[in-house]
Amino acid sequence: MKNVAADSPEKQIEIPREALPETARRLVSEGFDNLHCITAVDKKDDIELIYTFYSMDKHACVTVKTRLPLDDLNIESLANLRRSADWLEREVYDLFGVKFLNHPNLKRILNPDDWDVHPLRKDFSSPDLIKKPKS
Amino acid sequence: MAVIEKIPASGLIEKFPGGGIVLTTGESVLKWSKASSLWPLTFGLACCAFEMIAAGASRFDIDRFGAGVFRASPRQCDVMIVAGTICIKMGDCMKRLYAQMPEPKYVIAMGNCAVSGGIFYHDTYSVVKGTESLGIPVDVHIPGCPPRPENLLFGLMKLQEKIRNEKRGR
Ligand code: SF4
Repeated sequence: MKNVAADSPEKQIEIPREALPETARRLVSEGFDNLHCITAVDKKDDIELIYTFYSMDKHACVTVKTRLPLDDLNIESLANLRRSADWLEREVYDLFGVKFLNHPNLKRILNPDDWDVHPLRKDFSSPDLIKKPKS
Repeated sequence: MAVIEKIPASGLIEKFPGGGIVLTTGESVLKWSKASSLWPLTFGLACCAFEMIAAGASRFDIDRFGAGVFRASPRQCDVMIVAGTICIKMGDCMKRLYAQMPEPKYVIAMGNCAVSGGIFYHDTYSVVKGTESLGIPVDVHIPGCPPRPENLLFGLMKLQEKIRNEKRGR
């Protein structure tokens, strides 16, 4: 694990996507066994996935970040490692369109099932969307 | 007789001079009873629902107006209080619930969200822009984010007024 800023209260790690399952497994075995948030940010060229692991014993957080290019949004699912990842990954899939490989039930969680758009992407648009006028 | 003078519909009821009998038309009694027993659907969508719940509890006591019997089934209701933000998925359920309510039925759109989409009007992908855009006719709009329970009671009184002044054959 590199890039751990030793003095920051929240440790942050940036990893390539292939390293995610191994990193998660090591974090869990070291006590960071509460995966309490998975979210994503659209950075225009790629999508940044953010995983937050928490340790109840150490009262500490570790944030794991990884980037996926827009034309290849696939990453290994953590749902088999931590059950909480199941719905969190479904939410990220719903809003950003990231595909989680080997997920037990990857379908939309919030939006209507027949949608094929991912609303939190920067390039999202829909005829029903009323843009706020620039003031 | 003093009791009758306090009844909101007493303008529709005629006193028989010197007697204990009242004369009235069937229709005005029907309207009066319709307006005085508006049973709402137990139905809250977002933050505005808490104001509706507060209106139902003892401090504001919506029961004073005969509208405190929140029914759990649309088949037993007279009024749907749309209290909150309508999401696209909920919109379909709302249309079904409205269709299941027996006539005569009334709709109160409570709060900016139910009136027009409110603070979610711009740049949202999942919010319906008001009850009427679903094709559900609204009788009373109550603006506010959220409206206070008093505003809901005022809206209810306006609805009762509307029902009492209804022309035949709605
Ligand atoms: S009008 Fe305001 S208080 Fe009411 S549901 Fe909408 S956001 Fe919530």
